[in-house]
Amino acid sequence: MNQAKPFNWLGWSSFALLLVAWELGARATPKLELYFPPVSRILSALGQALAAGSITQHALVTLARFAEGFLLAALLAVLSGVVLGYFRFLNSLLATLIELLRPMPSVAIIPVAILLLGIGDGMIVSVTVYATLWPILINTIDGVRNIDPTLIDTGRTFGLNRWRILCQIILPGASPYIVTGLRIGLSIALILVTTAEMIAGSTGLGFFILDEERAMNSANMYAGIVVVALLGYMLNRLFLMIESRAMKWRHGMMARQAA
Amino acid sequence: MPILEVQSLSKSYRQAGGETTVAIGNITCQVEAGEFVSFVGPSGCGKTTLLMSIAGLLAPSSGRVIVNGKEVSGPPANLVLLFQEYNKSLFAWRSVLGNVRFGLAARGARSTGAAAAEDKARTLIELVGLKGFESHYPWELSGGMQQRVAIARALAYEPEVLLMDEPFGSLDALTRLELEDTLLRLWAELKTTILFITHDIEEAIYLSDRIWVLSRRPSQIVQELKSDFSRPRHQVTTRADGRFMELRNDIYRQIGNQGAP
Amino acid sequence: MGLRRFHGMAFLLTLLALWELAAQAEWINALIVPPPSKILKIFSELTWSGQIPMQILVSMKRALAGYLLAAVVFIPLGVLMGLSPTIHRLFEVIVEMLRPVPPPVVIPVALLFFGLGDEMKIFVIFFSCAWPILLNTIDGVRGIDWVLLNTARTFGLSRGKIIWQVILPACSPQIITGLRVSLPIMLILVVISEMVGSTDGIGYFVLDSQRRFKVAQMYAGMLALALLGYTLNQLFNFLQRLLLPWQRGLLRRGDEG
Repeated sequence: MNQAKPFNWLGWSSFALLLVAWELGARATPKLELYFPPVSRILSALGQALAAGSITQHALVTLARFAEGFLLAALLAVLSGVVLGYFRFLNSLLATLIELLRPMPSVAIIPVAILLLGIGDGMIVSVTVYATLWPILINTIDGVRNIDPTLIDTGRTFGLNRWRILCQIILPGASPYIVTGLRIGLSIALILVTTAEMIAGSTGLGFFILDEERAMNSANMYAGIVVVALLGYMLNRLFLMIESRAMKWRHGMMARQAA
Repeated sequence: MPILEVQSLSKSYRQAGGETTVAIGNITCQVEAGEFVSFVGPSGCGKTTLLMSIAGLLAPSSGRVIVNGKEVSGPPANLVLLFQEYNKSLFAWRSVLGNVRFGLAARGARSTGAAAAEDKARTLIELVGLKGFESHYPWELSGGMQQRVAIARALAYEPEVLLMDEPFGSLDALTRLELEDTLLRLWAELKTTILFITHDIEEAIYLSDRIWVLSRRPSQIVQELKSDFSRPRHQVTTRADGRFMELRNDIYRQIGNQGAP
Repeated sequence: MGLRRFHGMAFLLTLLALWELAAQAEWINALIVPPPSKILKIFSELTWSGQIPMQILVSMKRALAGYLLAAVVFIPLGVLMGLSPTIHRLFEVIVEMLRPVPPPVVIPVALLFFGLGDEMKIFVIFFSCAWPILLNTIDGVRGIDWVLLNTARTFGLSRGKIIWQVILPACSPQIITGLRVSLPIMLILVVISEMVGSTDGIGYFVLDSQRRFKVAQMYAGMLALALLGYTLNQLFNFLQRLLLPWQRGLLRRGDEG
C-alpha cells in the first residue's frame, strides 16, 4: 500500500511554469503590480517579515489559538459524544436541539461571542471551540452507535463493568469515526481562527493578511497567505502522522478492503 | 452438585406488532463439572437465545440458571460465552496477543504481573496453534485462525464454564475438523466444562459426552443421549464406530420428525 | 421514533421556557440575551416586512452563483483528472498547493481584486467549494468499476457517449457527495465574506445588528440563518430525489454496507 509514488515531474513543472509566468507577467505589466506582485517580491517580503519577526509572531498567535480551540473542542466533543452515543435517553433529549442548531453556519456565532466576550483571545478561542465541536461530536455519536452489539456483549461476558466497557471497547471501537470527525474539525478550527481574527482581531495571521490588504501591501498579503497555507499543511501532516501511528490496525484493514 | 443447572428456563420476546414470540419453551437440564455437552437442533430454534440466557446476557422470562450454586442475574464471573460471529467479537484494534491479554486482564485478581501475563498469553496462543502470529491483527488471519484467537482469549479468562455458540459453523469442513480436535485437546488439558451448540449432528456426537436435542421453537429438550465413545476421540476411528452412525441417525430422525421449517 | 421526538421537543421547550423566565426575571442580562419571545417577535416582524427575506435573497444570489460556477468548472475538471492520469499529474501539485489555504484567507485577495461587490463573494465561494467538488469527482471517476467501462466499449460507444452515458451517471453519487459537502461551506463562506467586506446580505445583517447593539435583531438573523441552512439541506435532498431517483437504492445499500 505504501509504495513510494514516482516523483511528479509533470505536476511540479506545471506549478513552476505557473510561478514563472506569474513572475514574468507581473514584471511586464506594472499596472497589475498591485494585484499580482511578482513572486520574487512576495518571497522577499516574506523573508523580510520573517526576519523582522512580525509574521512569526502572528503565526504563533494563530497557532496558539488554534491549538487551544481544537484540543478543547476535541476533549469536550469526544466525551459528550461517547456519553450521548451510549445513553440513548440523553441522546433523545438533546436530539431536537442538535437538529436545530446544526444547520446554522457556525460563524454566525461570532457576533454573539463578541457581544458576550468582547474582542480578544477568549472570543476567538470560544468561537473556534463551538464550531469545531460539531463535526467531532456528530461523528463520535455515530461511531458509538455503530458499534456492533456483539462487541459489547463480549465485554459483558468477560465480566467488564460499564466503565471498563466504555474505555476498553467503545472508545477504541468508535475511534475510526472519531478520527474522521477530528480531521474535519482540524480544518474547521483553522477556518474559524483566521475568520475571527479577520473580523475582530488585532493579531494573528487572519488579521495580518487583511490588514496588509487594507494597506495595499499586496506582497505582504500574499506572503501571509503562504504562511497560513504552510501552517495548514504542517498541521495536516502532523495529524496524519499521529493518526497513522494510533490507527495502524485500521490501515491494514482498509488496504485489504480496497484491494 | 452440578456446576450448571438450568431450571424451567423460558424466554419470550414481544414483537413489533405486539405479538409474543416464545423462543425457549421450558428447558431444564444439569451439567456436571468437566463435562462436554452439546445442544443440537434445527436452525432458528432459539439455541443462541438459550446460550445468551445461560450466560446472563439476556434475562429469562421465567425459570432460572444456577452456576456453581449461585443464581445467575448477570454475566457470572466464572463463565464465558464464545460468540458465533467471531469477527464481530474480536477486537480489531488489538493484536492476537492483545486480544488474549484482554482475557487475562479481565480475570483481574489472578494475573501476576506483566511479564507473567505475557508468558501466559503466549502459552495459550501456542496451545491453540497460532504460535508466531502474536503480533498479527485479526483482519490478517483466516476465519479458522480468528476463531482460535477467540478461543484463546476465552480460555485466558480461565472460566469454569465455557459456552460456545456454533463456533465452527461458518468455517470450511476441513478447518472445522481441525478445530474440533484442537478444542478436545484443550478441554482435556484444562478440564473446563463446555456447553456447545451446533447444528452439525456429527460434530456434536464427536465432541460431547452428552447431547440434548432441541425442538423447533418454542425450544424444549426432546431427547437426551449419551455419546460415550472412548476418549481421546479420533476423526477416523471414532466416526467409523458403528454406533456413531446409529446415534447420528437417531438424532437426525428426531430432528426430522419436527417437520420442515 | 415518536417517543424520541417527544423527548427532544419537550426538552427543547423546557429550555426555551427557562430561557424566557431567566431573561424576564433579569437573572441573566436581557440586554445581551433577550427572551425568546422578543427574538421571535422581531423575527416575524422582519420577515413580514420583507427585510430578512431581502437580505437572504441578496446572500443567496451570490452564494449560488459561486457554488454553481464551482460545479460547472470543477466537475468537468474532476472528470478529466479522474480519467487521465496525465492530466491528474499535471494539476496535482497546484491543487495540493492551494488546498491547505483556509478559504476565509482568500477574502482579502478577493477584496483586492473585486472590492466590496458581489464578485468578491462569488470568487470566495468559488474557491472554497472547489476542493470538495473536485476531489470527490476525481474519487468518483476513479472508483468506477472497469467492468462497467468495458461493457460500454463492447457496445461500441464513442468516447463522448461513454463519458456522458456511463461515466457521469456511474460517478454521480460521489459527485453529489461533493456537492452536498460544499453546501454548508458555501453558506459559511457567504456569511464570512459578508461579515468581512460587505454592506448587505444576511451575514452582514447579523454583524451589523450586533454593532448597532440591536441584540434581538442579531439573534433573529441567526435564527434566519439556521432556517436557511435547514431549508437548503431539504431542498438539496428534494432535488436529488427528483433528478436522480435511481440513486436511492444505491445510496441506501451503501448505508447498509
